[in-house]
Amino acid sequence: MDLILQGIIKAFHLIVSFDPEVISITWLSLKISGTATLISLFVGVSVGVAVALNDFFGKRLVISIINTGMGLPPVVVGLFVTIMIWRSGPFGFLEILYTPYAMIIAQAVIATPIVMGISLAAIQNLPPNLRLQILSLGASRLQMVWVLVKESRLPLLAAVMAGFGGVISEIGASIMVGGNIKGYTRVLTTATVMETGKGNFDLAIALAIILLLLAFTINFLLTQIQQRQQSR
Amino acid sequence: MKQSPLLSAENLVVKRGKVTVLNVDELKVFTGRTLALIGPNGAGKSTLLLTLAGLLPMVSGKIYFQSRQVSSFSDLVMLRRNAAVVFQEPLLLNMSVEKNVAVGLKFRNLSRAQIKNSVDEALAYFGIEQLAKRAAKTLSGGESKRVSLARAFAIKPKIILLDEAFNSLDPPTREAIIDDLQNILQKTKITAVLALHDREETLRLAHDVAVMSEGKIIQQGTTAQVFHQPINEYIANFVGTEVILEGVVKKSEAGLMEVAVSGHIIEAVGDFKTGQKVCCCLRPENITVSKTVPEKISARNVFKGKVLKAARQAYFYKLTLDCGFVISAYITIPSFDELNICEGDTLAVSFKATAVHVIKR
Repeated sequence: MDLILQGIIKAFHLIVSFDPEVISITWLSLKISGTATLISLFVGVSVGVAVALNDFFGKRLVISIINTGMGLPPVVVGLFVTIMIWRSGPFGFLEILYTPYAMIIAQAVIATPIVMGISLAAIQNLPPNLRLQILSLGASRLQMVWVLVKESRLPLLAAVMAGFGGVISEIGASIMVGGNIKGYTRVLTTATVMETGKGNFDLAIALAIILLLLAFTINFLLTQIQQRQQSR
Repeated sequence: MKQSPLLSAENLVVKRGKVTVLNVDELKVFTGRTLALIGPNGAGKSTLLLTLAGLLPMVSGKIYFQSRQVSSFSDLVMLRRNAAVVFQEPLLLNMSVEKNVAVGLKFRNLSRAQIKNSVDEALAYFGIEQLAKRAAKTLSGGESKRVSLARAFAIKPKIILLDEAFNSLDPPTREAIIDDLQNILQKTKITAVLALHDREETLRLAHDVAVMSEGKIIQQGTTAQVFHQPINEYIANFVGTEVILEGVVKKSEAGLMEVAVSGHIIEAVGDFKTGQKVCCCLRPENITVSKTVPEKISARNVFKGKVLKAARQAYFYKLTLDCGFVISAYITIPSFDELNICEGDTLAVSFKATAVHVIKR
């Protein structure tokens, strides 16, 4: 019991005193997962919309693959990305293994199918005649797509939340491709694992609380936007 | 009427999967006129409408817009920009009413002032200025319908295509919206194609009618032609067995109107304004004939008519009479025999003012 209490008190202290190491780890987590989410938003929405709006042979297979991708195990992604950027791998020349870039790539690979699957479903859920209605009002194809994306902004926000929530709390891929290098690739999840392993429960608890707060804050903000849109 | 059509189609074939859902030899829509597409559900009315608007791919066929064949993609865009479709469901976007109405104008990259002007004008057409700032999804069914109509009219299309636009509205709302639409079509002279399945709506709104069945157009002509000479049972049922007489309200007082029909005055209940063009609908079973002009009779309308034709039906005779306008009457076989009616006889024809169903034109 004492251990937990001690841990929480120390954690609280670390947070309110703006401990430089805690701050830098948090900031790095935000940067990496934020960038990965942005990339996944861009790729996921484009591909999701393209698949939703076009009829082609094998469309169902593609949708099944995307949906499977929504539950991609991070360690599998970690393994795959590691192989690709391994010194002798196809992208080894980039020399980005154990850098934040590798982590961004791995996290983007995890988040993209989530965003893609949700935006695909969102566009498919719009009334089938809406596309024709928009075209008949004189829209170019690009204008039509833009109106449809705007029209599904609520589920798209949910996609961002799901994507970001997925990658900020992910550990497997981050530790495999990032390596948990202090001050370089150490993020909240990898640091928590390490500190727990070392028995530094106070620091581990502090990091865990920050991780929770971070996830909560981001989701709270997005929920605010979503609900305001909803009630408008 | 020998002008060239605004929009026409030749040999249109549209398939869904392997099934041919549309096979139209010829259709012409003339400038300033309203064409009604009528026919049972699944006859291909919506498909034809969307194909004419350039929204559905066709297997073969030609569409001409302003005498120019729509062949290239830019022709198609041109057609789409000049044709506005209003769907059965309102399909409003999740934004305010004025933004919804402005959508089509924004696609055209017009200036803010131009957009504002056109939006205000379109809202005024349908009497919904007060809804401008409301969120579209808070609207009632009738309000949504008005917004979707305003949105289509806002882009000032050359032709407007309405797909069963009045379905799922309660009768008073429906009536009010049809009134507005009728006024706007008359005022703006915009060419219109309407998929309808109500005879009264067709009579009120359409100059021309194309009857569809199983993806084909089986009869086409002016509303009067199609209604007077239905070519098959479906159309006969659709238009009803009624006699339809076109006229103009000459006097309207205390719920009783005098309608001038081919130089005769028919009295009917109703309170339309003087000068209103109307159709008087009469059911043959509501018409009484007698050898002499009846005296002290409650029926407000008594005419002399010549029997053009007496046709025996299963249980009654159908008389076609010329009273200066042609009407039909059903009389029982005993009455027919007792009155000893022959073709060429002159009879007194009477019907009540309440038996006349008056429809605005």
